[in-house]
Amino acid sequence: MNKDLITIKNLLIIRGKKEVLRVKKLSVQRGEVLAVVGPNGAGKSTLLLTLARLLEPNAGQMLFNGTPAQNTSDTVYRRKIALVMQDPLLFDLSVYKNVALGLEFRGASKSEIQEKVPLWLKRLGVADLAERRAKRLSGGEAQRVSLARALVLEPELLLLDESFSALDPPTRATLLDDLKPLLKNSKTTTLFVTHDLHEARKLATRMAVIVKNSLRQIGYADEIFNAPVDEDVAHFLGKD
Amino acid sequence: MSFPYEILQITILSLQISAIATGISLLIGLPLGTLLALGKFWGRSFFLSVVNTGMGLPPVVVGLFVAMMLWRSGPFGDMNLIYTPTAIIIAQTVISAPVVIGLTAAALQSLDPRLRLQLYGLGASRWQMIWALWREARLPLLAALMAGFGSVISEVGASMMVGGNIRNQTRVLTTAIVLETSKGNFEIAMALGALLLTITFLVNWALTWVQQRGED
Repeated sequence: MNKDLITIKNLLIIRGKKEVLRVKKLSVQRGEVLAVVGPNGAGKSTLLLTLARLLEPNAGQMLFNGTPAQNTSDTVYRRKIALVMQDPLLFDLSVYKNVALGLEFRGASKSEIQEKVPLWLKRLGVADLAERRAKRLSGGEAQRVSLARALVLEPELLLLDESFSALDPPTRATLLDDLKPLLKNSKTTTLFVTHDLHEARKLATRMAVIVKNSLRQIGYADEIFNAPVDEDVAHFLGKD
Repeated sequence: MSFPYEILQITILSLQISAIATGISLLIGLPLGTLLALGKFWGRSFFLSVVNTGMGLPPVVVGLFVAMMLWRSGPFGDMNLIYTPTAIIIAQTVISAPVVIGLTAAALQSLDPRLRLQLYGLGASRWQMIWALWREARLPLLAALMAGFGSVISEVGASMMVGGNIRNQTRVLTTAIVLETSKGNFEIAMALGALLLTITFLVNWALTWVQQRGED
């Protein structure tokens, strides 16, 4: 089996006349949690949306499991991944039905839904909220439900787009503490966009730094902190 | 006017015609409103403006237009539809379809645009995405249905012009009220008016109950 779940080569994304992201090479290893860090507006979320096939790149190649992602349809590809955005974006349904949504899209049987949904609600600590309407949840509860909705799909790739940044610091810390063992035990390959270095170091195995619309450095956190490749990366890390 | 058979017959015909017209409007309005709300194509704003204008179409103008189309010498005269319930259904559909299209588009445009990305990010196909958005906008969509029904059950101009208010054939509640008033039978006209109001209230009450179910 290929060590890398995702490999991106020579990716270029242009919006209007502006180059919003350039990635020469990026590999996401199977089972790792890779934090994509960088200042606001650097192009981190653009990378995530491209990986979710919600944005069409202008150039470049993306391999998923060693085969070009373009070989599969958008829907088939997206059913291998799950996306959690900054806001929970829950639907006006019960918590249970929200978490079941992605499974229903995949045509899962009722018994499979009845087996998996309570399990992941419990793992995220929101089992007692199953029948509550999603729009009546607190911010922390809603984000836990949003994570359960993604993790219940047991995706090959989990994409987290600043998923904790809207939470207050204590809620965020507790959620990260709960999420870390879940990702580790389920060996879910995760790409995690954040501008918070503390958050990145806490959750991720490796880090990728995007500054000024290009991927500058990728490696283990200590390597990057000890030897930033250029001034922009050093500046972002607060090392200048 | 004979009681109660004729009134019952007029009431049933009114409900049948308006329900069918609203149903057809929904079949037309839901997909077209969705296309206008979610689609990206040249002229979308123009078509939205046309629909929004259509939401305020005067029923007599619609009646005139449909009558010209269905008149014996008109383009669809051979179909012999003028002064039939079908003619009223056509006219009422022309009145209510823009209401349903416009309010459907507005309902879907009021949703957070990121919901579409989130649905795709959970593996939804295009149709699953649209279905989920309809479900999310179910309250304003039911309001669109109510507005569509309300716009036709209460209109009189088009029904009179294309239906002809023929006794036992095309007489509906609104045209009967006009007739009885013109004859000075205010008691009967008032009773029919009260009946129309009651029916409108009951239909909207039922739809509101469906709409608000589960809100608490």
